[in-house]
Amino acid sequence: MSKKHAVVDIANCVACGCCKKVCPKEAIAVAFGVYAKVDGARCVGCGKCARECPASLIRLEVRTA
Amino acid sequence: MTQRKHWYDYLWICTIVYFTLGFFNIMFAWLGLISFFLPLLIAIIGGSKAFCNRYCDRGQFFSLLGGRFGLSRKKDMPRWLKAKGFRYGFLIFFFIMFFQMLWNTYLVFAGADLHQTVKLFWTFKVPWHWAYHGDAIAAAWVPQFAFGFYGIMLTSTLIGLIVMVLFKPRSWCVFCPMGTMTQLICRGRNRKKIRAEREGA
Repeated sequence: MSKKHAVVDIANCVACGCCKKVCPKEAIAVAFGVYAKVDGARCVGCGKCARECPASLIRLEVRTA
Repeated sequence: MTQRKHWYDYLWICTIVYFTLGFFNIMFAWLGLISFFLPLLIAIIGGSKAFCNRYCDRGQFFSLLGGRFGLSRKKDMPRWLKAKGFRYGFLIFFFIMFFQMLWNTYLVFAGADLHQTVKLFWTFKVPWHWAYHGDAIAAAWVPQFAFGFYGIMLTSTLIGLIVMVLFKPRSWCVFCPMGTMTQLICRGRNRKKIRAEREGA
């Protein structure tokens, strides 16, 4: 498993789905049309979603567990 | 992993076709109502933002120009531009301007003269008379609505292009009034599920 994973600021996410579109591992879904949700187990921490997010609301964090 | 292309990945063509048709015949501006009602219907009936996520022709158009064609600086947008206050404020402003356009349509319906202009940025009246081919097809209010609606579509696309160049390709999506509105609908429609998920997380 990768050292880092993507974390979404769900309180401010606009649910545009740009992150979902670029994820090479299909680890992102737009939940309930309100926010993007990352499947931590699938995420490889490549950072593509973070670069694509128009509001820059995704950051890469070091996995704790 | 290369993602497989689907038919809906080519909807950006609709943006080009729409503005081209409207340039030659303003009546085609009515087609823009599809991208007005479809996101709302999908949000109300389906409870999702599938339109934004998958079918938005304009979003794809910005992705293409800003991404593949490299016309975007790909910089972070200022914090105020993505703040909830700005997003909701822009939605209200957009609604007011939309109803003003409907009011102008009503005035023409009631007997006022047809204005063969397209209003850009809610301020500048740009002559567009070549796209009007007489009143043989419909009453004057029909092309009046078309001129007004085309102005709204063109203005929002121009704003989208400006923020695409300055910030990231799909910066428009952050404060797009349709996106904000459909997200609000989804939030209201799925509130129990959202609460359950957050409590479970």
